[in-house]
Amino acid sequence: MNTVRLLGAVLVVSGFFLTGCQPADESDIEPATAREAVEPVAGVATEPQQTESNPLVVYSSRQPHLVEPLFEEFTAQTGVAIEYINDSEAALIERLAAEAEDTPASVLITVDAGNLWLADERGLLQPLASDFLNERIPEALRDPEGHWFGLSVRARTIMYHPDRVDPADLSTYAQLADPQWEGRLCLRTSRKVYNQSLTAMMIERLGEENVEPIISGWVSNLATEPFSSDTRLIEAIEAGQCDVGLVNTYYLGRLIDEQPDYPVEIFWANQDSTGTHVNISGAGVTTHAPAAAQARQLIEWLASDAAQQKIAGSNFEFPAVEGIPLHPTVEAWGEFEADSMNLKIAGQRQVEAVMLMDRAGWR
Amino acid sequence: MRWALLCPLLLLIALPISMLLLSWWQVDGAVWDHLAEHLLPRLVGNSFLLLFVVGLGVTLLGVSLAWLSACCEFPGRRWLDPLLILPLAFPTYVLAFIYLAMLDYAGPVQTLLREHWGLSPAWLDAISGPVGVIPIMIIAFFPYVYLLTRTSFANAGVHTFEAARSLGHAPWRVFLSVSLPAARPAIVAGLSLALMETLADFGAVSIYGFDTFTTAIYRTWLGLFNLQAATQLASLLMLFMLVLVLTERATRDVRAAQPERSQSGRRIQLGPCLRWLATGFQVAVILVGVVIPAVQLLIWAGPDLASLFQSDYLELIVNTLKLAAWGSALVVIGGLLLLAASFRAKRSISMIAELPAFGYAIPGSVLAVAIMLALTGLDRWLGTALAGGLGALLLAYLIRFLRIGAGSLEGVAAKIRPQQLEAARSLGAGPIERFRRILLPLLRPGLIMAFLLGLVEIAKEMPATLMLRPFGWDTLAVRIFELTAEGQWERAALPALVLVVLGSIPSILLMRDRWVGQTRSSQ
Repeated sequence: MNTVRLLGAVLVVSGFFLTGCQPADESDIEPATAREAVEPVAGVATEPQQTESNPLVVYSSRQPHLVEPLFEEFTAQTGVAIEYINDSEAALIERLAAEAEDTPASVLITVDAGNLWLADERGLLQPLASDFLNERIPEALRDPEGHWFGLSVRARTIMYHPDRVDPADLSTYAQLADPQWEGRLCLRTSRKVYNQSLTAMMIERLGEENVEPIISGWVSNLATEPFSSDTRLIEAIEAGQCDVGLVNTYYLGRLIDEQPDYPVEIFWANQDSTGTHVNISGAGVTTHAPAAAQARQLIEWLASDAAQQKIAGSNFEFPAVEGIPLHPTVEAWGEFEADSMNLKIAGQRQVEAVMLMDRAGWR
Repeated sequence: MRWALLCPLLLLIALPISMLLLSWWQVDGAVWDHLAEHLLPRLVGNSFLLLFVVGLGVTLLGVSLAWLSACCEFPGRRWLDPLLILPLAFPTYVLAFIYLAMLDYAGPVQTLLREHWGLSPAWLDAISGPVGVIPIMIIAFFPYVYLLTRTSFANAGVHTFEAARSLGHAPWRVFLSVSLPAARPAIVAGLSLALMETLADFGAVSIYGFDTFTTAIYRTWLGLFNLQAATQLASLLMLFMLVLVLTERATRDVRAAQPERSQSGRRIQLGPCLRWLATGFQVAVILVGVVIPAVQLLIWAGPDLASLFQSDYLELIVNTLKLAAWGSALVVIGGLLLLAASFRAKRSISMIAELPAFGYAIPGSVLAVAIMLALTGLDRWLGTALAGGLGALLLAYLIRFLRIGAGSLEGVAAKIRPQQLEAARSLGAGPIERFRRILLPLLRPGLIMAFLLGLVEIAKEMPATLMLRPFGWDTLAVRIFELTAEGQWERAALPALVLVVLGSIPSILLMRDRWVGQTRSSQ
């Protein structure tokens, strides 16, 4: 046992010597500052020893094909290597919480502000004071204290089949509770956080006692049991199982991408009142980030014009930064007024929302 | 001695399970009120319905197919027999999304019926609704019953059946009163595996929107942000399973020993009509459980097939195989330890020896969280780094699938005769020699079965692998998760197909009588 320990200690010490000496031989940069440097340093980038330029570790719940090209671009531009783990938000948050100060992760990337809020609420994200981010990301899409920042925007709104629905009959989310939609509405399961966030925001605006009858109305208007995916929901509208539904717009974008004349249309809800409900995918720096400087560098880079253009071009979402050109498919949906309430609410009221959905029988 | 064998396992397993039990330290009344009023009555009812119908379904399907395969002769038997195990190679969630995508309102089958013949059959609507998960689970889980019962029938042979027939009893009565009771331990072992899978499943039920007790666990965790109440619910689930299995164990008739292996190899010749019915029955099950889903996966994966050779699939495959092999080896060792501890032991000890195998009823992600909490706690206390390592994941596999190791060895253990060991000892054979020359040959079929089943199950495992894998340990199941996260199931067809092909190799091997079917009593 003791010999094993001794051997380990020898290895560690010799590792220190090796990695500590090598860059000093080749250049004059001191290892300690090189590790903290935000700007890529030539000596670090070419450094063959792993220990010197530790990769920036990211916990991400976004689909790999969406984040990987961004990470690759970031590494190419900055020399900071990225290693990431993909899992569901809840698992990543528990992982961060359990690892606490020993976490290898410096950045958390998830979809839905509710998840970012939860991570923050549990003390897993640290504030990031960045004028650059505060200037570029609209106020509603970031945490007021800088614990997380939205990087792409998705709208959850009404979709309908143009042959069976006159858009003049559509107006607000609440109006879908009207008996005229009986047997014509499709919803996704209330398990999905997108629906929980929408309900949470409605509770903030209208009050619990007014939202419950709306949700009950939706439930009694359902054409069929709630779906387990937005894509299947849109397909059900297309196939005639129902006429209207609540869906994130990028799901329709993907279907239009495969079939340009896809016969389902978008209606921007609540244009005369609160604006359409939007949500974000976003990122924050973990509280015990081993590489906070690189973490900041990554998040700021993701808000840069170049990255935002990539984001806007890849998933039919909206860029978080204004003035970035939209994907042509997205642009064709026309302009709309988005809800400007801070998305923190989506997290703060999620428990209320879930309980309300349970009471109203939304499965 | 027994305790020395049992203790390490009990300790390992006590780690995460004590985390589940510790959750009762504090009870959030408001959440429990909400759960009790709005969720639990319906969800508990749903769970019981699911348990009952799936249990009945897998028993009927598994036992009838096993009887046909083991004891009857009909056209095509040799070819059909090994294919019947293959639904095991499909992860339940994959079967679920294949059938839902095919059969729901907007899917190809209903669209075709509607547009060409104006048909919209109500039963199709029904099985693409929430209850549609029931047939999926029956198809996915009957192989456990089939596999274990078939071995038992084959060992018993048909001579008792024929003897009873010759006394003038009707075939059905003989089957029910003679053949079936002899196979009861095997049926129960298979059924309990199937029921635990049913209880722990979250993937398939959430794809179909059939809310069960597991749904309540996840809703409390993810929706109500209350992991503590969620683990409390999970510990109740485990307790329920414990009561069920211990009741079965307590009522089991210990005298109903396994019959000796019959060497006749004779089979019942079915009548001209029945023969073809038997063939048709097996063909139908194979179509629904194997051919149709495999063809659908192939159709979806078709355009992507080329990427199999250029991308990182080889790494995913190697990772999957490594994890499955190591995890499965652990499961076999764990099963052996349990067997050694409980072999011919007092009932109290053999009851305790059942305890470690209950991880099977814990939903994977709840188990993963419990392991993570336990290990990070240990790390902080001892200054180790267990939580981020491969060991955490392998521990999860051991806990989750120990039941498979224990269950596979249970059957063959009945064949060990202490007299043989005594005789060997008196002839001067040391413990190693006794193990090698007497125990190993007797246990071998069970060990091989445990290892192969472990391989298939671990390769399919998703939630714990996702949560506990270290960097660079992505598997095929992880890839499936990544591609289905947004509900675009057909994108995950390629990794699913690869996983099914990999899983079917050990599955087919499971059907090799030469390896796992018979125990040549050591003459």
